[in-house]
Amino acid sequence: MERGGCCTPLCSPALTFIVVVPYRSFIHLSVQIHKRHQEIHSLISLYGGTFSKVQDTHENSPFCVLNIPSEELSRKIMKRTVCAKSLFELWGHGKNLAELQQSVQSYPLERMAPYLQPNSTYKISIHSFNKTLTQKEKLVKIDAMEFIPFKGRVSLQNAEHIFYLLEDYGPDPNTAPDLPLHIYFGRWIADGQRELINSYSVKKRHFIGNTSMDAGLSFIMANHARVKPNDLVFDPFVGTGGLLLPCAHFGAYVCGTEIDYNTAHGRGKASRMNQKWRGPDENIRANLRQYGLEKYYIDILVSDASKPIWRKGPLFDAIITDPPYGIRESTRKTGTQKEIIKTEQYPESHVPVQLNYHLSDIFLDLLNFAAEFLVVGGRLVYWLPVYRPEYTEEAVPRHPCLKLISNCEQMLSSHTSRRLITMEKVKEFEKQDQHAHLMDEQYLPYQGHNSFREKYFSGLTKRIAREEKARTGENSAGCRSTQHKATKP
Amino acid sequence: MKLLTHNMLRSHVTGVTRGFPLIIRADEVKVNSVDFNREFVSRMIPKLEWEALVETAESLGHGSGLPRELLSGYENDEEFLKKVHHVLLEVEIIEGALKCPESGTEFPITRGIPNMLINEEES
Repeated sequence: MERGGCCTPLCSPALTFIVVVPYRSFIHLSVQIHKRHQEIHSLISLYGGTFSKVQDTHENSPFCVLNIPSEELSRKIMKRTVCAKSLFELWGHGKNLAELQQSVQSYPLERMAPYLQPNSTYKISIHSFNKTLTQKEKLVKIDAMEFIPFKGRVSLQNAEHIFYLLEDYGPDPNTAPDLPLHIYFGRWIADGQRELINSYSVKKRHFIGNTSMDAGLSFIMANHARVKPNDLVFDPFVGTGGLLLPCAHFGAYVCGTEIDYNTAHGRGKASRMNQKWRGPDENIRANLRQYGLEKYYIDILVSDASKPIWRKGPLFDAIITDPPYGIRESTRKTGTQKEIIKTEQYPESHVPVQLNYHLSDIFLDLLNFAAEFLVVGGRLVYWLPVYRPEYTEEAVPRHPCLKLISNCEQMLSSHTSRRLITMEKVKEFEKQDQHAHLMDEQYLPYQGHNSFREKYFSGLTKRIAREEKARTGENSAGCRSTQHKATKP
Repeated sequence: MKLLTHNMLRSHVTGVTRGFPLIIRADEVKVNSVDFNREFVSRMIPKLEWEALVETAESLGHGSGLPRELLSGYENDEEFLKKVHHVLLEVEIIEGALKCPESGTEFPITRGIPNMLINEEES
């Protein structure tokens, strides 16, 4: 492990910070360390920096040491992140106290001096990860930091400058060693926005559906998409609009389409327990109003995401969506048998017309749509359901105009998961890009997703599978006219 | 439905060539006050089909004296930006329909929400 080294501002213009991203920050979202840091990665790039990690700690470490161009930028990031808990300016670190002391002493004094002034107040706190320390142990460790020339007065209540001693006792609390594996010392800068997860909780939200996205995940999606003030954000499968809330919270204007008339209008059966029907003002607009964000509402339309209802051009700054997987919400699009004949006559209409909207087609259409309607540099963030035993990286849909930025896994069951895919539009959409995926063999593997639904249910009892099959038949029969049709639970 | 949305929508009836702009039949129009955001309006203007916006606003009696042609330097004209803001975000069609300019197919607007689904049997 590299110690110090490039941490000194002398060989790198950027400052070194340490960010605490708890391992269990999102219990379900990806455990691989580089993926937990994807949110910060996206945010740094939003504010014009580049993500550079200084040091790799063990896989489950909550600590991430990175270079950020300025303190101002680091504060901006912390105003957005829901994954990272706290951020510190790293003054030194090491495997033991002696190493830490040496490291802090080699940190430029001019960087430390403003925070050590005689007329200031300060305090030192301690965080030990995967080990509980007694009060006595803590005091000993804090006292050991006296080698730093603090001239200010200690104030536990209202300290101007707060310092943290961070100790890492390894990945497993049950086998934690007596002494920490790594110690860090730094000046506290800011905390993240984890309280948003609570204030935007689905439990307290007025209008919800059966598959409303968890508040934390929807904020992560908005961060992955680098949503910024005055953007125009679109969700083609908007449902009850849960993904639009964080975007509006970050100052973007939002719109969406929903194929289900009742959901778009906030009518029909309620998704909440103890409530049979939706109330008169349960809709996306009212949800935005609940959080004081109604000014960011553009429009919700009843529409089929597979139909070209938008005037051609780069209209949207970001597209964020959770397409239906056909498990808890059915996948549908409009169409009739008549169209099948039409398709044979006009082979350029690449969307095979079926009453059930096949998953692979949903994702093909979504990528094509994003390629055409995003601004260059705009991002598409969506969930891709996968059958794990057959998943490979190649199964993730591609498009010549879209670059894959990240791919994080969230487990759904032992054999299924969904992947949070982030793509960025990197080149202008041209006519020939429209059916690019059909010409190139590398775009074929994800056809396999067609059967995600069958595979999902294969793990259940035969009886449930039979019932589901019957329901599918019913769905396609009932799809002739999708208008005024309630969503199947 | 706001006029910003209208300016971005087109008809998707099979066989139409441009399908834009959709003709508005307004049975109920409402003006909602929305906080003015100069930067957002300035950012949206280059994305608009300007002539269609002015014509639509005028047909609804909310033209606000907007010029037929977009003049350069509008970013610094606060009064102009406020008018555009009003037309784009404050004027809303609550009840009515959008009519395809080529096929005549109607897309109803109910409680402010346009229904862009087509019953394919009819088309």
